Parts: sequence; structure tokens; C-alpha cells
Amino acid sequence: MSPKTLYDKIWDAHVVQQDEDGTCLLYIDRHLVHEVTSPQAFEGLRMSGRKVRAPEKTIAVPDHNVPTTLDRDDAATMTEDSRIQVAALDANAKEFGVNYYPVSDIRQGIVHIVGPEQGWTLPGMTVVCGDSHTATHGAFGALAHGIGTSEVEHVLATQTLIQKKSKNMKVEITGKLRPGVTAKDITLSVIGVTGTAGGTGYVIEYCGEAIRDLSMEGRMTVCNMAIEGGARAGLIAPDEKTFEYCKGRPHAPKGAQWEAAMDWWKTLFSDEDAHWDKVITIKGEDIAPVVTWGTSPEDVLPITATVPNPTDFKGGKVDAAKRSIEYMGLEAGQKLSDIKIDTVFIGSCTNGRIEDLRAAAAVVKGKKIKDGLRAMVVPGSGLVRAQAEEEGLAQIFQDAGFEWRLAGCSMCLAMNPDQLAPGERCASTSNRNFEGRQGYKGRTHLMSPAMAAAAAITGHLTDVRELM
Amino acid sequence: MTGWTRIEGRATALPVENIDTDQLIPARFMSTPRSEGYGDFLLYDMRHGDDGQPDPEFALNRPEAKGARILITRRNFGAGSSREAAVYALVDAGIQVVIAPSFGDIFSSNAINNGLLPARLDAEVVEVLLAACAVDLTVDLESLMITGPGVSFAFELDPVWRQKLINGWDDIDLTLAHADEIAAFAEDRKERAPWVWPAPVQG
Repeated sequence: MSPKTLYDKIWDAHVVQQDEDGTCLLYIDRHLVHEVTSPQAFEGLRMSGRKVRAPEKTIAVPDHNVPTTLDRDDAATMTEDSRIQVAALDANAKEFGVNYYPVSDIRQGIVHIVGPEQGWTLPGMTVVCGDSHTATHGAFGALAHGIGTSEVEHVLATQTLIQKKSKNMKVEITGKLRPGVTAKDITLSVIGVTGTAGGTGYVIEYCGEAIRDLSMEGRMTVCNMAIEGGARAGLIAPDEKTFEYCKGRPHAPKGAQWEAAMDWWKTLFSDEDAHWDKVITIKGEDIAPVVTWGTSPEDVLPITATVPNPTDFKGGKVDAAKRSIEYMGLEAGQKLSDIKIDTVFIGSCTNGRIEDLRAAAAVVKGKKIKDGLRAMVVPGSGLVRAQAEEEGLAQIFQDAGFEWRLAGCSMCLAMNPDQLAPGERCASTSNRNFEGRQGYKGRTHLMSPAMAAAAAITGHLTDVRELM
Repeated sequence: MTGWTRIEGRATALPVENIDTDQLIPARFMSTPRSEGYGDFLLYDMRHGDDGQPDPEFALNRPEAKGARILITRRNFGAGSSREAAVYALVDAGIQVVIAPSFGDIFSSNAINNGLLPARLDAEVVEVLLAACAVDLTVDLESLMITGPGVSFAFELDPVWRQKLINGWDDIDLTLAHADEIAAFAEDRKERAPWVWPAPVQG
């Protein structure tokens, strides 16, 4: 047998049917659904009299629109349109009989945090969701990617997706990370190298010692942002850490089924001589704590650097950099660590897990946030919130002056009440610094939870290593 | 969805890189029902000034862009979120073809599912077209050619996507023609990987 990549192996195990030109019908093991990209899909099923083909493999949870303030049971905290979308998901989940975690359930949270937490996401699976950050689940060695609403309807109706195979890219992070450098710095630094379109047409497998050393939470952070590098999916081969994380989760297999699953999961790695269409290698020790300065995730630099000059770039990027710097209200040559911030957001499917909150709390402990700053911590799920309270992290954040919120997407995207005002500048642990992403004319600097925590203390972008 | 083979229409230039889906339709509009039409939301924050009024200087607001059916833009168009609403906004605004050197992967799939052609051309060729705008162009799915006054370029398109655009096929109908194969595959996989089958949903 010819050597295969991890992606090849998972792909091959899910091909229902293949056309001559390579177009495949791919079987979908898990379909995650949220309130914003699903209403039209369910409506389509209703109009055509179709059912959900595999309701037991379909998991729905509201997250995008849902307010995260403690008073969110009060309907007045939502806009009419948002309320309608959440109500529609409630009704559709019931009508079509899919698994559902309503807002009132402690297990509710961001769909990409809930899936792994409940053991829905397992190695070797195909996982889709009407959300581009579905790439997160690749951390388990699952082939996971975002789909549009037409495809959501297609998966609901058929439990398959029409797909052409992507190319294989290997991103290897060798050696050890330096102190203060995290999974977020890895994933942002990779995008800094590849550019936001560098991964287009590829599935990325992240490997190397620095990746192996990451916890499952860190691996999810890395895979989450594969999409920002243009790749639909990111993958990490499962290992003992993966199995340990999955074991005992509510929907993970038990007993003999667990053993049977393990037999296959242990074969899920890229063969030594597998073919790669593209290979990128980065030394772990070369990665620094980074922040973004512009309005594209590729606009990333070490915190010790300065805002670039548009003339440093070539082609269309000259205009793009000029536009970014103007939008961000910065000046070329300005030290990144001199940039003052108004707001800190810690949360999102990128960095809203327990380990992220621990890392931020370790920086914040015993300190106060800068006067006048607005700072919030939004756990990724109700269970993450409960665990953080049990570990005393919530108290650390509240003592420092952070707001301690309920679970949801919150300020990652401007769809719920948590939004930036025009010109407001945010140190954010989310995944996109696009124009207007966090609110009309809002200014976003992406970074790790530890770096965001450091910025909250000083009031400006800060090298977390100075506070360690 | 209705199919098409040829479009003749006004092309307008938007010489900006990395137009992501958050710009194509800011998230705050995505809770609005589609029945109201998403055309007015297209590139809303780029099209409007701080006073909320349309910016007359912005490419799509200029008189020569009126009635445009073709948009020419720079690399990595439609990157970002999977929101199909980004495509709805383009289609509802009358755009049927976007020409760029590269597109976000999910955006391209969404586009095809709504009859919108993402036509890929080399960056140098795109620059030629950008410089020529606004012009009337013809986009032909049979010949895979884009032609206009004094210009003629071939573009790339996946053959399956081409058939889908021409025939206006509904994917679900096509796939359900394979319902027996899907059922057989599921049976077989259930044997090999029973752990993929969770317990029935608890009401």
C-alpha cells in the first residue's frame, strides 16, 4: 500500500462514492449546528418535506447571538431578530429531534468548545458545522471544516457532503517553545509566514515536538486558526493526550467499543514516506509572543517590533497595509508595546477553554486592571465557567476588575450586545482582526490570553515576559 | 436555482485585497430574514461614511457602477467566516460574477450553490481589467472566456462547478439519487466503527 497522510486516511475511510473527476460524496460523522447559519437550512428541509437523516449525529447549540451578561434570561437583552433566531433553533431542534443544549443548560457554550467537551468530537471522524472555526476539532485528528448554509441543509438531508480532496500541507514546529510563548503565538506566527491565502486549497497537518508538547486545549487553538491561513481544515495526529482527553466524556465510547475505537485511532498518523504538496518548518525557539497590528491575521509581528511602513511591502499589500494602518489609527515606526488599549476580551472558540483562563489568571493574580479599562472574561461553555469558579480563577479575574460572563461567542464577532464602539481599541484573544469584526470601526489586536491579560494590567500592548 | 451559460454586463472595479466576509456583510445584519433582501447590506461599512450616508466616492456607489453584474477585485476575496450571507448580499445586489486572483475556499462553494461564479484569473490579468473598468464584459461558461473591448481572457473553473452553474442543479436531489449507496456505506461503517453511532437522542 502506498504511504498516506493522516488526511488521506480519514478521507479514504469516509468516501461513499467517487466520480471520475475525483469529486466525492463524503460521509459525515458529526454535524454541529448553531442558530445563525441554520434557520434557512431547516426551512429548506421543511419546504421539501425532508427529515434530518441522522438526528443522533446532529448536535445543536445557540452561541453567536446569545448575550453573555448575567441578565440574559431577560428577553430585552437581545434584539428582536436575534431572539427569533434562537427561538427558531429551539423549535427546529425539537421538531427534527436533534441533540440540543439550550441557553438554560449548563452545557451550553460555543459550539466548538461544547463538541469536544461532551465527547462528540473523536479522532478519525468527519465533523462539519456552518461555521469556519470548525477547524478547531482537527486537534483530535478529526477532519473538520466549515460549510455554508446550503451545505448545512445538504448534510442535514443526506449526512454527506460533496467534496473534492484538498492538497496536503505539513507545518512542522520543531523543538521547544520559549517561556511566555503559547499555542496562539504558534498559530499566528504560521499565518505570518504563509499569509492568509497560503493555505487555500490545502488541509494542514501540524506536527513536530512543539505541537506534541501542547495540551489538547493548545492544539485546539492551533487548529482553530487554520482557516485564517486559508486552509479549510487543520489536523494534529491523535496520541495519548488525545485519548486521555476523550476517555470518559459523555458521548465517547465505553468498554469494548472504546477498545475497538482505540485500535483504529492508533493507526491515525501520517506514514513516514507520505507525499506532501507543501512543507513549512518553523523552529519553536524562533517564535516570540506576537500581536497583530493590521486588519488581516497575517499582519502579525513579535511584540518587540514596530508598526511596519507600507513601503516595506510589495504589490497589492502596499495599499492594504496603508489602509490597515489608517483604519487601526497607528503610525509606521510606532513601537507595538506603546499602543494603548481601551478594552480587553478574553474568550472565543480560539481561547475560551479552561487552560486559556488559567494562563490569563496566572498573569492577573494579585493585580488590578488599568484604571478606566473595560475588560471581560467570557468562558467558552457553562462547564468551563463552573470549573474556573471552582479553581478560584473567577475570583482572581473579578478581584482584578474583569467582568465575569456567561458562555457565548461574545465580542469575537459583532452579533450580540458585546461590541466595540467606533475607534475603540481591543486586546483580544479571538481569531479575526478584520475591519468591523468586533463592532463598527472597532480596532482589534489579536494575541494570546497571557498577552491580553498583561495588556489589561498595563493598559497598553505588553510583552508578557516582563510580567513573569 | 436557475442555470446560466452567458452573462453580458457592466463590470465594476474594487481594487482591494482580502475583502473578507465580515466586510461583505457585517455580522449585525445576519439575523435579518433573507426575504427582505440582503443587497443593501453588501459591503455596508465600506459603502457608507461615518454619518451613515452612502459615500459617493466608493467604487460601488459611483454612477458607472449602477446595474453592475460583475465585480473585479484583488486576491483572497471572501476569506474568513463561512457565512453564506456574504454570497446572498452579492447576489441580491445583482452581482453574478466575481473576478479575482484567489478566493476563500468556503466562499467559493457557497457562491456556486447560489449561482454566483467565482472566476479566477492571474493577478496581472486582473490588474489589466481593474485598470480598464468600468467596462462591459461577457462571461461565457461554455468557452470559459471573459471578453470585452479589446480584451479576451480564459479563466479557471472546476468542471463540476461549471456544470452546476450551467444546469442550476440542486445538490440534494443529485445526492439523494445515491441514497442506497449512502445507506449501504452507513451500514458498513457501523460494522467497522460502531463507536461513531451514538445513543438515540434523549427527548
